Amino acid sequence: MELICPAGTPAALRAAVDAGADAVYCGFNDETNARNFPGLNFSRAEMREAIAYAHAQDARVLVAVNTFPRAGSVPLWERAVDDAVAAGADALIVADIGLLAYAAAAHPAQRLHLSVQAAAANPDAIRFYREAFGIRRVVLPRVLAMHEIAAIARAVPCETEVFVFGGLCVMEEGRCSLSSYATGRSPNMHGVCSPASHVGYRDEGGRMVSRLGDFTINRFGPGEPAAYPTLCKGRFRAGETSGYLFEEPVSLDAAALLPALREAGVTALKIEGRQRGRAYIEAVVRAFRRALDALDAGRPIPPGGLQALTEGQTSTEGAYRKGWR
Amino acid sequence: MTGSATTGRVELTLGPVLFNWEPAAWRDFYLRIADEAPVDTVAIGEIVCSKRLALYAEHLPAVLDRLAAAGKTVLLSSLILVTLDRERRQMEELARSSDVLVEANDVSCLTHLVGRPHAIGPFVNVYNEATARFLAGRGARRICLPPELPATSIAAIAAAVPETRIEVFAFGRVPLAISARCVHARLHGLTKDTCRFVCGEDADGLAVDTLDGEPFLAVNGVQTLSCSMANLVESLDALAGMGVASCRLSPQTGDMVAAARVFRAVLDGGAAPYAAPGAARAELARLFPAVQFADGFLHAAPGAEYRGAAPLP
Repeated sequence: MELICPAGTPAALRAAVDAGADAVYCGFNDETNARNFPGLNFSRAEMREAIAYAHAQDARVLVAVNTFPRAGSVPLWERAVDDAVAAGADALIVADIGLLAYAAAAHPAQRLHLSVQAAAANPDAIRFYREAFGIRRVVLPRVLAMHEIAAIARAVPCETEVFVFGGLCVMEEGRCSLSSYATGRSPNMHGVCSPASHVGYRDEGGRMVSRLGDFTINRFGPGEPAAYPTLCKGRFRAGETSGYLFEEPVSLDAAALLPALREAGVTALKIEGRQRGRAYIEAVVRAFRRALDALDAGRPIPPGGLQALTEGQTSTEGAYRKGWR
Repeated sequence: MTGSATTGRVELTLGPVLFNWEPAAWRDFYLRIADEAPVDTVAIGEIVCSKRLALYAEHLPAVLDRLAAAGKTVLLSSLILVTLDRERRQMEELARSSDVLVEANDVSCLTHLVGRPHAIGPFVNVYNEATARFLAGRGARRICLPPELPATSIAAIAAAVPETRIEVFAFGRVPLAISARCVHARLHGLTKDTCRFVCGEDADGLAVDTLDGEPFLAVNGVQTLSCSMANLVESLDALAGMGVASCRLSPQTGDMVAAARVFRAVLDGGAAPYAAPGAARAELARLFPAVQFADGFLHAAPGAEYRGAAPLP
């Protein structure tokens, strides 16, 4: 199985390649990609250099152009596609139907991957994208269970890629407007979820309160670490119940499921976190490289030491395990 | 300039019931819509949870007959999130056998509709004119745009596909997210598979408040909606001017027939009873007390905000 690693900066890309990534995914420094955070991502020149660096080490670069182009400004996204192709990208990661149509027509030889933002959660949807645009790989939503991933991998005429580590979307990716409901900024349109520009913390008598836009997302006990207020991982109240109604502030760690993912026929494993720093990327990539090498050699998977890197210090296997639903 | 290229009149569409209503209440709701509501089109079907369809399926034929007899255009709406083999078969059957227009809420449904006239629901991501053109070229006759879109996007898309009826989500709690996890079941200590249909206890969804007690969201099984209701009644002239052909009203408890009459009257203008600024909004507030209205998405603002008659960006 291929190990696909995130990079938000050229330094992180080099760290991921050096730590054993088979491929690195990244995007341009604008709203065309789904991690459009200040200070992150690649200029055109940086992208060309990064691809040259990766290729020299026999690693591939996948360029994400995976937000949904804003109506009236579609050429901005088409230019990102053209520039990624010209820079030598090994594949483009795209979600929007119109942009896929453009990429397939303008660059018929270019390898296309269907972004998780396209929300293709079953073989019929994947077949549509395969037949219409010739996609070679689909990145599967994080809401699928392991047996569903296996069934899809068997049924579809293309490769499959699944997330194994990092942020966990509780809602189906590409179909979530929770962030823009509170802040006006959304993953689909702006490449951001619960953006830091709209986050606030305030001290209420020794208790930390986190806010997103005009809404309180969490209230922490004395001494309790104040997790980042990602909307779906906040504490809310419904009837008599209050707490983490949608999901706890956990992150995904499917390291223990690697044998099952290989058994399922999955092509590639994806680590989330283009917003992460270089040291984090290096540690996570190394741990997964060791795990995959052990798996390939028939040895037991070594303990990852990834615990300390997970959000809020707790991790989950998410929807992959039965009972999550 | 008004409305669509085909009729010049902005139509009203009643969206599918999103919530798990008692089967008899579900049937009676649609029978009254057929008899009394000034809506042109009715989209119908289970789009949130495939487990619910069996609960009211027996009433579907009679409801479809009554809607057709009342002269309504009927759209059969498909499931938003399709993961189970059973759901895939149901959707294929819906798409292939139907002699009415199917409204696809997932791309998987399009696989079975290629080349045949169909409608695109608000859960297929149509964010720009390139995607709208592609879908129109493959048989999409109508597109209900995602509720998140700002006015500038709506205008650009409507201008690009004049032969396709562009619809906007104009009234009702706004669908914001879908998951494979059933939060409704989770809140009752159950799972999606063992849910006992607890979502049926909340006819407008279960209100989710912030810890400050502020209304925020609503849970409807695997779906999360806004607690506020979208209300674009103060922007109807602007929407018509952009070439929007239809406004979608999303069912919830309360008098949807009366809500449709308000929208119809405002769209018809002239001697309407709602000529005074804010009069239509006030009437809808009277019909749906204790809810906040929201139209922030249209104004490229946080979706929860209400800007009303403020000029669109």
